[in-house]
Amino acid sequence: MPLILAVDDSPSMRKMVTFTLTGAGYQVVEAVDGQDAFEKAQTQLFDLILTDQNMPRLDGLGLTRKLREHPQYKTKPILMLTTESSDLMKQAGRTAGATGWLVKPFDPARLLDVIQKVIK
Amino acid sequence: MAEAHQESGGSGDFDLSQFYQIFFEEAGENLDLMEQMLLNMDLETADDEELNGIFRCAHSVKGGAATFGFSDVAELTHQMESLLDKLRRHELQPNAMMVDVLLESADISRSLLARHQAGETGEPPSSADLVRRISELASGATPAAPAPAPVAAPAPVAPVAAAPKAETPVVKGERQLEIQMGPLERLDQVDPVKELFRDIAGLGEIVDLPSDRPNFRVFKVGTSSSNDDLLDLFAFHVAREHVLIRDLGEEAGAASESVSWSDDPPPGAPLAPAPGFGFFDGAPGAPAIAKAEAAEAKGAVKPAAKAPAQLAQPEAATIRVAINKVDQLINLVGELVITQAMLAQNSRTLDPTVYQQLLTGLADLDRNTRDLQESVMSIRMIPMSIVFSRFPRMLRDLASKLGKKVDFVTQGEATELDKGLVEKITDPLTHLVRNSCDHGIEMPEDRVAKGKSETGTITLSAAHQGGSIVIEVRDDGRGLSREKILRKARERGIEVSDQMSDADVWQLIFAPGFSTAEVVTDVSGRGVGMDVVKRNIAALGGTVEIESAEGYGMRVSVRLPLTLAIMDGMSVGVGDEVYILPLSSVVESFQVKPDAVSTVGQGSQLVKVREEYMPVIELEKVFQVPRFDFEKACDIMVVVEAEGSRVALLVDELLGQQQVVVKNLETNYRKVPNVSGATILGDGKVALILDTSALVRRSRH
Repeated sequence: MPLILAVDDSPSMRKMVTFTLTGAGYQVVEAVDGQDAFEKAQTQLFDLILTDQNMPRLDGLGLTRKLREHPQYKTKPILMLTTESSDLMKQAGRTAGATGWLVKPFDPARLLDVIQKVIK
Repeated sequence: MAEAHQESGGSGDFDLSQFYQIFFEEAGENLDLMEQMLLNMDLETADDEELNGIFRCAHSVKGGAATFGFSDVAELTHQMESLLDKLRRHELQPNAMMVDVLLESADISRSLLARHQAGETGEPPSSADLVRRISELASGATPAAPAPAPVAAPAPVAPVAAAPKAETPVVKGERQLEIQMGPLERLDQVDPVKELFRDIAGLGEIVDLPSDRPNFRVFKVGTSSSNDDLLDLFAFHVAREHVLIRDLGEEAGAASESVSWSDDPPPGAPLAPAPGFGFFDGAPGAPAIAKAEAAEAKGAVKPAAKAPAQLAQPEAATIRVAINKVDQLINLVGELVITQAMLAQNSRTLDPTVYQQLLTGLADLDRNTRDLQESVMSIRMIPMSIVFSRFPRMLRDLASKLGKKVDFVTQGEATELDKGLVEKITDPLTHLVRNSCDHGIEMPEDRVAKGKSETGTITLSAAHQGGSIVIEVRDDGRGLSREKILRKARERGIEVSDQMSDADVWQLIFAPGFSTAEVVTDVSGRGVGMDVVKRNIAALGGTVEIESAEGYGMRVSVRLPLTLAIMDGMSVGVGDEVYILPLSSVVESFQVKPDAVSTVGQGSQLVKVREEYMPVIELEKVFQVPRFDFEKACDIMVVVEAEGSRVALLVDELLGQQQVVVKNLETNYRKVPNVSGATILGDGKVALILDTSALVRRSRH
């Protein structure tokens, strides 16, 4: 069962993502910010990381950069969930090493679509 | 993909309302936090961290509101976010007007949320005027004062929920493009691209053009979106490198220059309503584009949330339960702790080699019971910050209304207090803080005239002291006037004398007759509802003390008991009695030789411990413990410390350390000197918990 790390500082967003993903048969671990996520990612190997961008302590881009330095996360899909879908953000996401982006607010079904595309 | 849809029940049936409750709570917290940070922010020296924090609050609320379909909230918070974004990027300098508008917006957002939470009843508060003012501020203009009528306001911008991209300015200006796609495995592979243009409002128009190569498709597109956005948009259906965009522009034909394979967005390029997601080519983990089947991007931009139908019993993330249920739980856990203690006590004599399993089990039980107890207790305990956080805003409003300058300082916000007490202490504290601002702090010019700083300070602090919590409201204002209070008391027919101590005089302001506004304002301002304050606090088993120095300020201390305390105790035996000492006050214990104790005047005894003499208290005498076994004598000293002094308690034996559930003796029996409470021991006996502070005080006399 694919294991997904859902990172968002907003509890409602986390719950919604978790609910959507677990309903589709994924296993989900939640993290409250980038730092928390990074720590969790070292104790478990996730198949996909779904992260918010704007968070305290460590933001989504920072998390992505740190994860990409980690041998085990070099090629894992990292999706950025963000309300900032500007070109600038996308550029930053790409440079940081993110796999793709998904604009908030999103439709749960679309989230599953996107995840389906990157998870083997 | 189709499976995914089935598994999720399809987006249409996805019920977001189950997350409403948790969103409402979270949004409330974010708005509170934002308010707090706005109030704490120093306009001159606001740093990035503060501004980012405030921004993040608005950002979170906006994200949630948009997701859950509360478009009015999303719109307002979106405006707040835009303004805050400019502040954190230092494009604008924060000013008082911005803070005011943001505070006001936070208030309106709360009301809007409350209305959604209540099931959309009643007229929604109008936010149009605020939206206008914020956006004017964000554009760097100084907005006119609040519009008299919201009618004057421009039509609100499209709700964010419906158009997630609305946050980036869409530069209008349609371009004519020729887009070539190929080589393609199947020509119909890119049909969904056409659907994109049909489904995404504002993306533009697309028509088929004849292609001169068999495995290529060519389209003519009229759009205001940037090439990069289009490429992102098409990414699911056809790889970027298989798309060629030529700008037909005004003069079609001279297109070769504008051929764009580029990933780099042209600066300032207009943005399209994107499908809401995309992958970066070649990024780790990105799906192989060639394999990507015709993803139906339809529904891509439809608002994520359907209109909030009604809040039909949302699955709440928190539950409200009657306090008495929690109390019952606490009591039961208390009993469990006692039973556990009893088992532990009885098992001490068992041979560990024989009863190893039983003893391991008991050790687990011990740990689990503690954890359980802690969790249960924590249900009722909440930090004082919950109460304190409401004051900065109140004081700010009040001070500006009165034309005063007041700094508000809080201390010990993390001090936890029983929820029931927190709720009941809020009103009296509000009263005290208001009084301090209203009547204690002088006008700025008066303060300067008296050689004080222009800005007054009100300090609110909370701390645990012994078994109580002490909450203090201090100000550096004018203080109480003894003379005026005595005069007013006489006028009111209250019996007073000039010889009364200050403390007694201050207590007069708690007299019911003292508290009519004009009298009090005339006297020194104190006393508006002070009798009510005192009554409320007394009802909680607390006391109020006043200290004041005329011209320098005053301090009101509210002392409340912690009725629910669980305490780590050390049990000691004296005769057949068992007493509990708070472990936190125990310093050390040792066996004492009779000659180490010396008697000084009036029969008091001192013991010398490492070159230091300290008073000895024989618990046997204090509590007149009957003794039947005259052979046995007290020869154990337990040194306890309280209020900065140490005393040595003389006991028969040390029985051990354990957690005890503190039962209030006053409510069950009456106040007993030197005793702060009682508990039930493992064997069912009642043991008194000693009040070490009282014992220390006793030794001083």
